[in-house]
Amino acid sequence: MTTELARAQLLTGGEAVAEAMRQIDPDVVPVYPITPQTPIIQTFAKFVADGRARGELVDVESEHSAMSAAVAAALAGARTMTATSSQGLALMAEIVYIAASLRAPVVMALGNRALSGPINIHCDHSDSMLIRDSGVIQLFAENAQEAYDLTVIAPRLAEHPDVLLPVLVCLDGFTITHAAEPVAPLDDEAVRAFVGEYRVPHALLDLGRVTTQGPFAMPDYYFELRRQQAAAIDGANDVFAELCLEYEELSGRAYGPLQGYRLEGAETALVCLGSSAGTAKDVVDDLRADGAPVGLLKICSFRPFPAEAIQALLAGVETVAVLDRADSPGGAPPLFAEVAAALAAGAPALRSYVYGLGGRDLHPADIGDVLAGAARHYVGVRSEPCPA
Amino acid sequence: MRGLSPWTELAPGGVVVRDEAEQPKTGDWRTGLKPAADLSRCVDCLLCWLYCPDSAILLDGTAFAGIDLDYCKGCELCAAVCPTGAIEMVGDDD
Amino acid sequence: MPRLKTLVRNEAGTPPLRGGHSLCQGCGIPMVVRTVLDSIEGPTVVVSATGCLEVATTRYPTTAWNVPWLHVAFENAAAAASGVESAYCALRRRGGLPQEDELTIVAFAGDGGSYDIGLQALSGALERGHRFVFVCYDNQAYMNTGVQRSGATPFGAATTTSPAGEFSFGKLQQRKDLTAIAAAHHVPYVAQSAAGPHWQDLSRKAALAAKADGPAFLNVLADCPLGWGHEATLAPALVNGAVESCIWPLYEVDGGRWRLTYRPEKRVPIADWLRPQKRFAHLFRPEAAGVLDEIQRQVDEGWAALLERCEETWPAVARPRARRLR
Repeated sequence: MTTELARAQLLTGGEAVAEAMRQIDPDVVPVYPITPQTPIIQTFAKFVADGRARGELVDVESEHSAMSAAVAAALAGARTMTATSSQGLALMAEIVYIAASLRAPVVMALGNRALSGPINIHCDHSDSMLIRDSGVIQLFAENAQEAYDLTVIAPRLAEHPDVLLPVLVCLDGFTITHAAEPVAPLDDEAVRAFVGEYRVPHALLDLGRVTTQGPFAMPDYYFELRRQQAAAIDGANDVFAELCLEYEELSGRAYGPLQGYRLEGAETALVCLGSSAGTAKDVVDDLRADGAPVGLLKICSFRPFPAEAIQALLAGVETVAVLDRADSPGGAPPLFAEVAAALAAGAPALRSYVYGLGGRDLHPADIGDVLAGAARHYVGVRSEPCPA
Repeated sequence: MRGLSPWTELAPGGVVVRDEAEQPKTGDWRTGLKPAADLSRCVDCLLCWLYCPDSAILLDGTAFAGIDLDYCKGCELCAAVCPTGAIEMVGDDD
Repeated sequence: MPRLKTLVRNEAGTPPLRGGHSLCQGCGIPMVVRTVLDSIEGPTVVVSATGCLEVATTRYPTTAWNVPWLHVAFENAAAAASGVESAYCALRRRGGLPQEDELTIVAFAGDGGSYDIGLQALSGALERGHRFVFVCYDNQAYMNTGVQRSGATPFGAATTTSPAGEFSFGKLQQRKDLTAIAAAHHVPYVAQSAAGPHWQDLSRKAALAAKADGPAFLNVLADCPLGWGHEATLAPALVNGAVESCIWPLYEVDGGRWRLTYRPEKRVPIADWLRPQKRFAHLFRPEAAGVLDEIQRQVDEGWAALLERCEETWPAVARPRARRLR
């Protein structure tokens, strides 16, 4: 992730994200302020006021309405972006799940900040973890350059016909949002060409094809709709990797769902998300200089979680230390739980199943299949037509 | 009624395309009575058309043309609002 | 004066809300929806809040809607409508839509999704000036979830969360005046109306609302046979009775000018309106007489205050013909 210093500007992470938004020039941007993401929306608002961004800036009256308006605009046929943090994400959490299940390709910057209480405006990842089960894609940036680059890539990922999901570009509150670093943006034309035209398969405002969106589903269909949604996010890392290759041609900077740093021959590996990876890289360099066999696994795509790639990269490592910038009181911290599941997945003693969504009954025969090792991961989902 | 589709055949996001959707026939909600129209008394006032919660009054242009028993739930509002008594509730053998 | 033939022609054989839904027999909501949408020229796009209308018309994979329709959640019909409207503006400006399609965005929500949980989003959308019509179909309780009280439930009404009992006569609080709250947002057009025999009032107001250069809000009384406790065939008389007793006056605030659009020749005593509804049956016990008097007093007070506020009265519409119900 090198930055060409010759082309670099001194930008905070927030300004870098706003610059990317200006270049993408989305149609609709509903916004509500919350520290520490406000520099993003304020910088963008000034672009709009000066005519440098042409979309509809909608100063809504809460984050819940920001995401509601964003989902509706995206489904209506407009490229839509927004930003939030912490309590704002918590307030809009209801709609974040709906954004994913309605397959609204909204791009949102998340200035990671601790959830109350006590109220705290500084960085941690508890807000991301609150909605980890929502079905949205979450990409974590290590610094301001990454925040810029991931924001440019995000619309292509969100809008890809096999994905069609919201994408959150996560940047640590204050550490990235407010710290000025060298950032080399692409040219306006390069960004426009990269993101292309917005298209959804069933735009609400396409009057020639009347649709009903946001239905009510009974136990006979909820599970199937959810299964389909899961398939979309499962394939998203392959799409992300392809987009990163395309982006590397353009920018000279390489990205992907995760990055191994000096893992060759490592006996101990650190795993983390976000700006701490930058600090960790320096520490790993120092320790390696002293001969310590240590390395770092930096995860960029937290959702979808690149479990197979993690198994491969950590093969041979004796000790894996997972740094969680969020807690799960009474249970395993979120990143740890994901890593543990990824590493244990190969072990014969541990299997995972999902069942009963939307009221779908669990039958004794299903339980028998599970115990016999004959059940599919999604127990009871219809994969064949059921005749009337 | 169609059977149930597998997850692989559903449009993303639970979108229902109107022209491909099927409507359940709610006429089976009726419990013994159905509306019947005496056209000789009908003055095409169209009030039954407006009041029907199930859009079950059929029109030919702006003239009354019948009742769609596939959807009529037998609420009796058409009979109640008809100013000339042209609609009456009668036994429903269907 | 709106004519039914005009509504029929606007519908053009394709009702915006068709049959096959699972709203109750005799539900009062469809008439509100069709009267409003058929009174609007040109294409419409509907946004619905969670509630009876939404749940009963869109059980996947069926739909009873012949117009583009979106539901997101319970409290955000106005916020979702704001998103659709913003998308519409943005796409029109950059030539992403056929320019001739002057479409009207109509949000429908029940009283819960308007007075209570939906109030914030409604207020924000009105304040921001989006061009759309918000219609509250007010049946005076959370009907879809089993008749629980809302901020629109009248004083003295029994609901499942404000039941009448040994020590209670039902809802202890007066309902909010959401129409006045909407008017306080200084939007181009706000009105209170009802379907039933006053459908012409509603039709006229819906047409005006759609033409407003900015947000328009319609608060429309809708009966609920289940929640109000009456036979469906009594609905037209009951909706009419609400208007004739002045507990649900018909008026509009057009560009800030308050105007009464219907003035009963002779006000009906409120007890006559309450009596046929089971939700008020407990008020007719001897010990509840004071409550009946209080309700009449509140109606009188509200009516007098409205008359003072209204600078003028719309020329009297044709009086609905008295209907003999068999």
